[in-house]
Amino acid sequence: MKKFDKERVLLAVAGPVLALAVAFVLTAIVLLASGKNPVEPFTIMFEQASFSDIQVRIVNQASLYYIAALAVAIGFRMNLFNIGVDGQYLLGAMMAAIVGAHMDLPAFLQVPLLMLTAICTGAFWAGIVGVLKVTRGVSEVVASIMLNAIATSIIGYLWLPNVFGVKVGNNNTTGEMAESGWVPGIDMGAAGEIYGLVLLAVALGVGYWVVINRTRFGFDLRASGASETAAAASGVDPKRMILTAMLISGGVAGLAGLPILLGDTHTYSLNFPTGIGFLGIGIALLGRNSPVGIAFASLLWAWLDKASPELDFHGYDKEIAVIMQGLIVLSVVVSYETVREWGLRRQQRRVGAELAAGNVLGADNNVKKEVAGR
Amino acid sequence: MRRISKLTRVAVGVASLALAATACGGTSSESGNGGDGESKGTKGLAIAYDIGGKGDQSFNDAAYAGLQKAEKEFGYKTADIEPTEGETDADKQQRLVSLAKQGYNPVIGVGYAYATAVKEAAEQYPDTTFGIVDDSTVQLKNVADLVFSEEQASYLAGVAAAKSTKTNVVGFVGGVDIPLIHKFQAGFEQGVKDTNSKAKVLTQYLTQTAEEGGFSSPDKGKSAAEGQIEKKADVVYAAAGLSGQGVIEAAAANKVWAIGVDSDQYKQEALAKYKDSILTSAMKDVAKAVYNLAKSVEDGKPETGIVRGDLKSGEVGLAVSNPTFKDDTKLQEALETAKEKIISGEIKVKTS
Repeated sequence: MKKFDKERVLLAVAGPVLALAVAFVLTAIVLLASGKNPVEPFTIMFEQASFSDIQVRIVNQASLYYIAALAVAIGFRMNLFNIGVDGQYLLGAMMAAIVGAHMDLPAFLQVPLLMLTAICTGAFWAGIVGVLKVTRGVSEVVASIMLNAIATSIIGYLWLPNVFGVKVGNNNTTGEMAESGWVPGIDMGAAGEIYGLVLLAVALGVGYWVVINRTRFGFDLRASGASETAAAASGVDPKRMILTAMLISGGVAGLAGLPILLGDTHTYSLNFPTGIGFLGIGIALLGRNSPVGIAFASLLWAWLDKASPELDFHGYDKEIAVIMQGLIVLSVVVSYETVREWGLRRQQRRVGAELAAGNVLGADNNVKKEVAGR
Repeated sequence: MRRISKLTRVAVGVASLALAATACGGTSSESGNGGDGESKGTKGLAIAYDIGGKGDQSFNDAAYAGLQKAEKEFGYKTADIEPTEGETDADKQQRLVSLAKQGYNPVIGVGYAYATAVKEAAEQYPDTTFGIVDDSTVQLKNVADLVFSEEQASYLAGVAAAKSTKTNVVGFVGGVDIPLIHKFQAGFEQGVKDTNSKAKVLTQYLTQTAEEGGFSSPDKGKSAAEGQIEKKADVVYAAAGLSGQGVIEAAAANKVWAIGVDSDQYKQEALAKYKDSILTSAMKDVAKAVYNLAKSVEDGKPETGIVRGDLKSGEVGLAVSNPTFKDDTKLQEALETAKEKIISGEIKVKTS
């Protein structure tokens, strides 16, 4: 019995590693071209990662990225491009903040209530996209981009002082949430606090894996993603799948803002981090829609974000990190395709070799499956 | 067997997350990485920008002008740092703490978004003076809240607009729909109405949030202004940071008046082409406020509490560098009267 399929692991790791290597090299070339030291920025950024307070902030930020990327990945798994995660998580966080500011139940009820609010809001917002696609055939990309814009307007409306807004100085907030809704962090001493809801991100990752790989729904989802017609022929209702997938994706997206909302800010203000839904797309891509891959990808992204500001103090521009993030996304696409083809060739060669050696295909455990995948 | 290998992968993932969570090593503030290793005594003023940042020809650049003046006068090293997109309060706080740790004093957060960050950084570094522009919620001994009565200058801009319009329609273009910009709008509208009750004010905000580029998109400003000009507006007032450039451009192209904001935009090189269309600018002297705080620290008597710039202190007001505007004595008289009334309290300008 083989516990570990080396070939699979090799191929799974080769793609991201190749992409990262290419991104590093290209960034170094950009640095060289602008007459700067191509190595020092990286050493500075690696050094930053060794500080505990930076680590805490990397983990905190990564938890937001992780949840948003999972939401995107659920759609990706069945060829749905939920580009509306951004609007869904902002709206979800805002509704949770409003409910949190106006309800004061005991903590064991309050926190689940807030989560439920966020899930329902996100799911509702994504559900509109699903319904439009199923009933009217509207592309989910177009509908969700439009809904992102509408979401920011709704947030602007909810911020009005005579609706739910509370003005603090020149800032719009939704008022401080009741303390029962605050989720205590994991105290790391001088390094700060890790958001308590980082654990929620981990739980969602495990849940995602179980649902996708171990349930009938997950199978249907993957089947629809691989071939909608084939799935339909085997009895999967594609419309139902689209709607369910959008609802789940939106529900997860709704949670993406909660780690910081319940763990730190306790109000939804103009300072609430935006754009995480869009970052989630790149992260899901880099993580190949796998819960483990996305975890690494979000940590990588968060590291680039949190380590780069230090560059400003050393005469470099922190935009180097942004260039790198862009290059990673670009090279990911190219390298995954390259690695897939390389894997296929490798597989063909080995099958050829086995056949030439006189083995009969299927006679033993060593038969290679199509492992490269998409 | 596949089950095991996949489970292993999940476990590895969870473990690595947990591993990352057990923070190792010291914090970055403990280690003595003082930037370029200069001695602490030579460092002075540092400013941290908000989104939109340096190069907006307006608010942030005004802060930078104050920094340059302080640098020249006091001969010390200064720093100015830009934000990253989608950052959290914790990141802003980290930025201020880094600056304070390296010995910069005072450290100023430009924009109300720094409120929480300034408060927490100031608690960590009680011996450093912090400043925050456009926010008066932080009340600590070592924090100076640099705020302005923008509505007063906007009121005067409204008077100027009402006196200059021939169509009785004037426009207001706000960068982002936030309380700070509502102050500009409220003052402007009141100024227009008090001067010419028949005049109509068209109002448009470019975006709901700063991240969508309301303060940094000249193209958005341009199309908003074009829309108002089409509706017969012949004076447009832009309180929109860098986006205001587009408003001024549109006004110049259609031969109507534009009123600039924050800095004296008539004098700005980037806008030199359009300067004949810039009637005046509702100035908010962030440069002076920033410089004054640096000077107070240099003199050993750091400012603290709310430091308000208004018409009386001269830190808000209208620019008079356009000769057409300056030489219009009737208009200038009206403005002077309005100014006196505001200072004496006879006119109370609304803030929202």
